[in-house]
Amino acid sequence: MPVRKSFLFILRRPPHGGIHAQEALDIILTTAAFDQTVRLLFIDDGVFQLQRDQRPETIDFKHIAPIFGALELYDIEELWVEEESLRERGIKVERLIMPVRLVARCDLAALMEVQDVVVSC
Amino acid sequence: MPALHVVCRSPQESQALTQCLTRAGEGDVVLLSENGVYAALVDSVASAPIRAESPQRVVYVLMPDCEARGILAEEILPGVAAVDYDGFVDLAVRFPIIHCWS
Amino acid sequence: MKFAIQINSAPYQTQGSDTAFQFIRAALRNGHEIVRVFFYHEGVYNGLGYAMPPDDERPVVKRWSDLAREHGIDLVICISAAQRRGLLSREEAVRVGKADTDLAEGFRIAGLGLWVEACLNADRFLIFGG
Repeated sequence: MPVRKSFLFILRRPPHGGIHAQEALDIILTTAAFDQTVRLLFIDDGVFQLQRDQRPETIDFKHIAPIFGALELYDIEELWVEEESLRERGIKVERLIMPVRLVARCDLAALMEVQDVVVSC
Repeated sequence: MPALHVVCRSPQESQALTQCLTRAGEGDVVLLSENGVYAALVDSVASAPIRAESPQRVVYVLMPDCEARGILAEEILPGVAAVDYDGFVDLAVRFPIIHCWS
Repeated sequence: MKFAIQINSAPYQTQGSDTAFQFIRAALRNGHEIVRVFFYHEGVYNGLGYAMPPDDERPVVKRWSDLAREHGIDLVICISAAQRRGLLSREEAVRVGKADTDLAEGFRIAGLGLWVEACLNADRFLIFGG
């Protein structure tokens, strides 16, 4: 596939209220496997997907948070998290499962406008 | 390049509208569709976010969704323009990036 | 302009699939091309062939079949989302020993690679149904 586009996946939903977060990851990994440029942006309740110490097995759900740590293997290196979304939810950066790039709300438009495809997950 | 933001939930169903407006860039345009059209009711407190950004923020409503819900033209916030599905397509053609907020 | 469309909601779950349908009809009317309609998450239920709404209601599945037949639109149901929800194509139904296909006419079941391909070939990408 000769065409290469830059995709920004915007994750806004919490991890375990349904299957959305898990199925979003399927699309993300497939896009990366097709050698596309993939970036993730976590805003609003999406930041909860990166929270450490999740134990979804207590409700018989799949553990998807560790997959974010493995995204480097798919050449997905840019995980952006909106600072205000963390602050509004009382989450400190240290409570996230991995280092991320922080972006201020006022800078989101600039991040989004350089993408070819924006996917709201 | 500016983006098109499509908000399809009412302010009571979801915070999609405020979450959209706080991130929309200068020059970005908003289309209210489905239950999102309720945010354009002139006498509703829920239209406050759109009023607050008027007139700089260009906002459209999808007219078939207004008509379906019994919203008359005079009940829509002044400054909010109505489009039909052809107009929705035209907006999608104009803006390379289309965000969908629900 | 070429459009890639993703539909995430089931027929009666939200208005998303209805808006998508009207958008697509308007796009075709105005001379644009629909590269693919990709049904994901609960959107896979738009392809459930057994749906039988009353005659005086909009034909939520049949209208897609008609659209595919009249305009050659590629309607793709994501296989992983479909398998999770128990929607099988004829090949899958035979493979697992079920009596019949669940899929409505005009739909096909395929993988996420077709979603990527559609995004690469299209000029515009929209999601309906949240």
